[in-house]
Amino acid sequence: MSAVEEVAEGHQAVEAVPKRAMTLGTGTSLVVLAALLIAPVFVKNFIIFQMTMLLIYGLAVLALNILTGGSGQFSLGQSAFYAVGAYTTAVLMEHFNVNYALTLPVAGVVCFGFGFLFGQPALRLSGVYLALATFALATAMPQLLKLNFLEHWTGGVQGLVVTKPDAPFGLSMSQDMWLYYFTLVVTLAIYIFSVNLLRSRSGRAFMAIRDNEIAASSMGVNVALYKTLAFGVSAAITGIAGSLGAIAVQFVAPDSYTITLAISLFLGMVVGGVGWLPGSFVGAAFIIFVPNMAESISKGLSGAVFGVLLFLVIYLVPHGARQIAIFGQQLAGKLRKN
Amino acid sequence: MFFGRTLRTAALATAVATLASTAALAQKKYDTGASDTEIKIGNIMPYSGPASAYGIIGKTEEAYFKMINDKGGINGRKISFVTYDDGYSPPKAVEQVRKLVESDEVLAVFNPLGTPSNTAIQKYLNAKKIPQLFVATGATKWNDPKNFPWTIGWQPSYQSEAQIYAKWLMKEKPDAKVAILYQNDDFGKDYLKGTKDGLGAKGSSMIIMEESYEVSEPSIDGHIVKIKAANPDVLLIYATPKFAAQTIKKTAELSWKPLQILTNVSISVGSVMKPAGFENAQGVLSAAYAKDSTDPQWANDPGMKKWNEFVDKYMPGADKSDTSMVYGYGAASTLAKVLEMSGDDLTRANIMKQAASLKDFVPDTMLPGVKLNTGATDFAPIAQLQMQRFKGERWELFGEIISGDVPSE
Repeated sequence: MSAVEEVAEGHQAVEAVPKRAMTLGTGTSLVVLAALLIAPVFVKNFIIFQMTMLLIYGLAVLALNILTGGSGQFSLGQSAFYAVGAYTTAVLMEHFNVNYALTLPVAGVVCFGFGFLFGQPALRLSGVYLALATFALATAMPQLLKLNFLEHWTGGVQGLVVTKPDAPFGLSMSQDMWLYYFTLVVTLAIYIFSVNLLRSRSGRAFMAIRDNEIAASSMGVNVALYKTLAFGVSAAITGIAGSLGAIAVQFVAPDSYTITLAISLFLGMVVGGVGWLPGSFVGAAFIIFVPNMAESISKGLSGAVFGVLLFLVIYLVPHGARQIAIFGQQLAGKLRKN
Repeated sequence: MFFGRTLRTAALATAVATLASTAALAQKKYDTGASDTEIKIGNIMPYSGPASAYGIIGKTEEAYFKMINDKGGINGRKISFVTYDDGYSPPKAVEQVRKLVESDEVLAVFNPLGTPSNTAIQKYLNAKKIPQLFVATGATKWNDPKNFPWTIGWQPSYQSEAQIYAKWLMKEKPDAKVAILYQNDDFGKDYLKGTKDGLGAKGSSMIIMEESYEVSEPSIDGHIVKIKAANPDVLLIYATPKFAAQTIKKTAELSWKPLQILTNVSISVGSVMKPAGFENAQGVLSAAYAKDSTDPQWANDPGMKKWNEFVDKYMPGADKSDTSMVYGYGAASTLAKVLEMSGDDLTRANIMKQAASLKDFVPDTMLPGVKLNTGATDFAPIAQLQMQRFKGERWELFGEIISGDVPSE
């Protein structure tokens, strides 16, 4: 294939994933859910906190997965949406005394609007150019949060401290455990919504655009609308993840939402398997735990060790966790035959 | 009868035994993280990320406690120093501090670095009543014993340092036209506020320009050209090392000679003055509380001799011009002092009480005359600085030790 042809087909950067391969089987899902429900009873609060963060980052990766795996658009700007969600929650909770649970839908709506609007100019861009435009968004966000006229609300560089909610109805569980179950419910709702979205008419439109934009538009798919819609939905879910993150960490500051976060999320998606929704949570586990592992191997060279581990993953299982899952499925199938 | 007597004797014996054990308890009291043989101290540092240059502070402290342990520990107990990377990211800081507290079960968190990271963990540590000792940031808000009785600062606050410059200007150059170059973050803004507070009513007439830059900018030459156009005769440089060096160099290139006052953060001879060019840096003013490791005037100083021996033995090959190593040594020795003062009562409450009862403590690395003092309402250990002027290839101290205490808010 000549270089020109390669460029011409460059939009095929995201591998086509059939929609049925995007989710887990019912049995497996139930086992995972049961494990998630029971686990907190047996572990320390710190582990519960880490599991909460895993769900939160998992949601953010899931959002990116819908955008990239679903509609085939790249984004390195997810940290910006995450920040907007987090700040929406923090400002509402601390300045207006709004209940934390009510701030989530607000953050979702704000981010949907933000993402939808950003999707408009992004329409003219694709592939690496779109990635660069969103990259600019991620770089600009921490500085925008420091702006003087916003400082009254955002706390400027000092950030905002958020009060952690207690368990309601006099339930005798720790704040961490309550927040974990709260996050789990939100995550579950969003996960089911995402699965259904991708199986719906809109989801098919996303995937048609991903696979071939020209063919999709000739079939009557409104390419512009669905592309911006994908951006909006992705931003909304990222925003809700950001809100939950702000409540769990109890603090928002511009330094929390730098480009490093956006790259981590992108990395989580690749490691989890592009287009495979359950992989988002595997990817989230990778970006939370592997840096800690790397640090315990060597403090001075933690970055290099992390790089080596990442390289190994990409080299050995280029399709991420999805590949391992498929392999496991085939193995189970063979065993059953024997 | 006989039985009765036995019972009475037994009761007596029990009473004596109980008394004795209570006495023993009074001698030795421990909270989680302390025992007869070990004291566990936690720390977070940006070993990776944008502020990774400060990671050397954590390594110095680790080495310092190794030295202490080699000498037999503190009151017979070894220090176990657990330090994690937070990458200068507040969410990561929260995760790592929770790991220290809930998984490693440390007695106290010591010298965590960075204003955002410390703000993120402050509420959690205070709610859990775990000492957040000697935080490595110069923000003024750490001196707030009323609202945060478990958090204590260490270095002079940025605001108090800025006030010292303001006081000096009011006395020496009351008619100066002042321009302020500051980094657009908490660090720069604290200095800006301190300067304005220090100048008071005269501030509005003296300050003719405030120019800020972003830490992500590759060069600040453009800002310097802009400031020069306003023609001030005093330039206050509230910038981190890289930008401070660029500023000093650029003003010289423009053959512009304002009086320059430089923040204490950027006074390293090795990493600021030398790259800026010694000939360009002549006459620059600043203030200091610790000795400069590259300054030959401390070659025979007993304190710095100890520091040099420590670095040679425990951190061979390290770059001695890095001020972070002087900083880490000073902070670690302050913690060692507090643990020593705590004796066998290693409860979190007592550690905090001792940290707030430092009286004229002088770490090896402090300038002569700078003493660490704390009290129940004073959670700012170092509040003294001395002015200095750059001459030849080193800083020359002048004037008195000035105290720049900023009252707690």
